[in-house]
Amino acid sequence: MTRTVLPGEPLVAVRNLHVDFPSATGVTQAVRGVSFAIGREKLGIVGESGSGKSVTGRALMRLLPGSARVRADALRFGTTDILHASEAEMRALRGGRIGLILQDPKYSLNPVMTAGAQIAEALRAHTKLGRREAREAALNLLESVKIRDPRRVHDAYPHELSGGMGQRVMIAMMLAPNPELLIADEPTSALDASVQAEILSLIEEQVDSRGMALMLISHDLPLVSRFCDRVAVMYAGQVMEELPAADLHRATHGYTRGLLECLPSLEERRERLPTLRRDPSWLAPRA
Amino acid sequence: MPRARLISRQWGSLAATAASIPITLLGLALVTFFIGRVVPIDPVLAVVGDRAPADVVARARVELGLDQPLPMQFWRYLTDIVTGNLGRSVMTSNPVWEDIARFFPATFELATLAIIIAAVLGIGLGVLAATRQGSWVDQAVRVFCLAGHSLPVFVLGLVSLLVFYAWLGWLPGPGRQGIVYQDMVEPVTGLLTLDAALANDWPAFWDAVLHLVQPAGILAFFSLAYIARMTRAFMLAELRSEYVTTARAKGLSNARIVWRHAFRNTLVPLVTVIFLTYAGLLEGAVLTETIFAWPGLGQYLTVSLLNADMNAVLGATLVVGLIYVVLNLFADLLYRLLDPRTR
Repeated sequence: MTRTVLPGEPLVAVRNLHVDFPSATGVTQAVRGVSFAIGREKLGIVGESGSGKSVTGRALMRLLPGSARVRADALRFGTTDILHASEAEMRALRGGRIGLILQDPKYSLNPVMTAGAQIAEALRAHTKLGRREAREAALNLLESVKIRDPRRVHDAYPHELSGGMGQRVMIAMMLAPNPELLIADEPTSALDASVQAEILSLIEEQVDSRGMALMLISHDLPLVSRFCDRVAVMYAGQVMEELPAADLHRATHGYTRGLLECLPSLEERRERLPTLRRDPSWLAPRA
Repeated sequence: MPRARLISRQWGSLAATAASIPITLLGLALVTFFIGRVVPIDPVLAVVGDRAPADVVARARVELGLDQPLPMQFWRYLTDIVTGNLGRSVMTSNPVWEDIARFFPATFELATLAIIIAAVLGIGLGVLAATRQGSWVDQAVRVFCLAGHSLPVFVLGLVSLLVFYAWLGWLPGPGRQGIVYQDMVEPVTGLLTLDAALANDWPAFWDAVLHLVQPAGILAFFSLAYIARMTRAFMLAELRSEYVTTARAKGLSNARIVWRHAFRNTLVPLVTVIFLTYAGLLEGAVLTETIFAWPGLGQYLTVSLLNADMNAVLGATLVVGLIYVVLNLFADLLYRLLDPRTR
């Protein structure tokens, strides 16, 4: 497999990405001119439901439904042009070089396959491992995502696993072929608060130790700012603002400020939390 | 949950399923018993004929136990059923059990071949249509299925006989076998194809197969329309689910995503559809059996009904009920095999 990233080029380059969903009643513009780049870093994408953050992530893997119309000035992963790559090239990319973690393991794992079989399948799609080697590797992966009893989990079906355990299986499965970029689409939204922290630190640890890039999609501003290097704030299919995570409290855009204002604080007592006031000018197309 | 308790719970639910079978059958026997008592057909007259002298009628009544209270009669009926005594058919004057043993294999052979064709083609077409939703392939499958479901069987049967038998001469006409092969093969199972194969009589085997083609094809067409439509609907739902996105994100091949992931999950509801269709076919397809002069259970049941041959009707009803119960048990066992969540 070629793992070519031109020197000086980012791993992911997205320029002026548009995704439309035509339907009988008109065209829904899910993404309207998004541009960003990801190097070996952690990029957080935040925004409310329907802001186009998940669609952007899936466009990178060409995982959108057939009805979606995708166009962009550039949509590249390394040297692969995602807009024009063949299906075989995309299959090598999916899983092999880009992993995707979905929200809820209850739905994102196949209910009739054991956890181990699903991990081994990911391995065998991208390596030449035999059945027994893949099983060994799957057990090792389960151990590396800190599952105490890897043998039991290996033979368990998804419904026999807790949410946190299921998400660990999902992470192990997506890390199996050693991808260069991990897209985590709301990886902790379906989990209990106590488990969320564990899963996040597991992702962080794996991303750091493997030197991967991470694209963390979330609606949780504080979480993203703590966890990522950079944050892109999306609204109505556009990037409102992109800034270093550490500078989030210095955000200048009205939407970001509005979101930050709405957060309750333990230190500061407030009678009533303000609601977000939407400014129609945010919707104007940007260059 | 500890493993041991999980396993004991599994066996518990299996035992409950098994225990429900005799209860269902008892209920069925109760229903057929009361139908037999309610209909205005005197079982005594059916035995002795309507010109028998009064003392013969009275004696027959006592011999049949009809002078006893209803619970006693039901008990006698139950013991009769369990020992395989379903009474005598007035029409054929054979024991009903013997008649059924003779007619049922014909239906079984026909229905089994039909359901195999229907399941294989129906699943294939359904999956094809679902993976190409909205394309011309999908439309073609839908029109084909609509035709299969709405064209009356007697029209199809007669047209098929006209074209393939009368005009082209490719296939034999009605009946289970050609005259030359009649009673030439020792009946072992009652399935002509299997019996001929067991006897190593290959001309008879091919003759039986060719006779099966038209009725089985028509029954299969009707059933596959339903199976294909259900497969398509189940597949569309599965293909939209999250785990399919996961499978695609893993970089799996399209065939693997469709069959190993999506289709494997539709198998669970499909088992119900296929087994119920099969049970319906085993009941006997009256129209098809009539057009193709097929000596099956459906024809037996219909002719008995028209001749008010109550023993035969109730006996055949019991057998049909038994088939449903047994197939349901099979479907239940298959669920356990296919869906780990039901274990």
